[in-house]
Amino acid sequence: MSKPPSTEAAYRPLSPHLQVWKFHITMFTSILHRATGIASVVGAVMVAAWLLAIGLTASGHCPEAYTLFLSFAASPFGLFVWFGLTLAGFIHLTGGLRHLIWDMGLGFRISSANALAWWSLLGGIALTLAFWAVLFATGKVVL
Amino acid sequence: MVELALPKRSQIKNGKRYKAPSGSKNVRVYKIYRFDPDSGENPRWDKYEVDAKAHGPMVLDALIYIKNNVDSTLSFRRSCREGICGSCAMNIGGRNTLACTKGHEEYNGEITISPLPHMPVVKDLVPDLSGFYAQYASIEPYLQSTTPDPDKERLQSPANRDKLDGLYECILCACCSTSCPSYWWNQDKYLGPAALLQAYRWIADSRDDHTKKRLESLEDPFKLYRCHTIMNCAQVCPKGLNPAKAIAEIKKMMPAK
Repeated sequence: MSKPPSTEAAYRPLSPHLQVWKFHITMFTSILHRATGIASVVGAVMVAAWLLAIGLTASGHCPEAYTLFLSFAASPFGLFVWFGLTLAGFIHLTGGLRHLIWDMGLGFRISSANALAWWSLLGGIALTLAFWAVLFATGKVVL
Repeated sequence: MVELALPKRSQIKNGKRYKAPSGSKNVRVYKIYRFDPDSGENPRWDKYEVDAKAHGPMVLDALIYIKNNVDSTLSFRRSCREGICGSCAMNIGGRNTLACTKGHEEYNGEITISPLPHMPVVKDLVPDLSGFYAQYASIEPYLQSTTPDPDKERLQSPANRDKLDGLYECILCACCSTSCPSYWWNQDKYLGPAALLQAYRWIADSRDDHTKKRLESLEDPFKLYRCHTIMNCAQVCPKGLNPAKAIAEIKKMMPAK
């Protein structure tokens, strides 16, 4: 095939993508699944710090460790962070269940996929609220 | 690679506004992506005011009206004007679709039209699809069988033929692949929904016995598994097909192969 005569390769700009895209709910929950997954890693580090503080105090290596941890973790700001982490954890959990359903080859009709996206989002929020309601009602957490 | 913003020379400036003739009724505004490769300038948004009564019902009719009556420099692909050739695939109102089957009355207010997303632009609404076609070729989209050719056609039971419904109708317009964020970020390695739907079309065909070979060539962290079921492909397919489901079927077959 002959090529048209040209001195240099023509510049081709990249067409707009996110700049023009009108979001779908399934696209939003996909991004959310990734984001809550990353947040859950932060949550795992927090839980590890919690266990470390318990260990240091119980073994007598550093008796103040647990009190020090609680001064952050049980403060209003700490509770806010925990709330965010549990929200991320529960949304990631319901999102994971959605992916399990898809992995079985089910729920691919657009209406079903949209419904699954909404249910996983709202289900995650509902589970988080229920979790904290139980914590407060049983006196495990006080503000 | 994930790059959320457009490169500097791809950023879009504001362009011209073409007023409708005075006295026009039912004026609609089309905001259209323009890029002139000869000018050396960045792309721009031009706005065209068009009397909706002056042309037919589809967005493609408006584009043809603009090219014939307002600005002959506007470039776009079109051919069959009835949704079977796939040439006029573009992004209209933020979603990929075919301009010839989308009515302008399906949109409110200003209608934004840009080329298929995250592709190199040749001119205006014309993207370079050579990478997309090369990916289609790479899945070997033709019947392969080790059994010798029969005297007549290769027979298939009605039940096996039914398995190809929802697959063979694909017109390769590229709406799905260029709607997919995974394809946006990794189109050099990920095959994308259109090529994978076609791969499954041959995997599912009872007359083709290269199924194992086809699956093995897809088992790759990028070619197949960059699909994260974002579902944009199925949401935008102008033929109502479901590449996400076809990809899920391929993934399901992987452990058993």
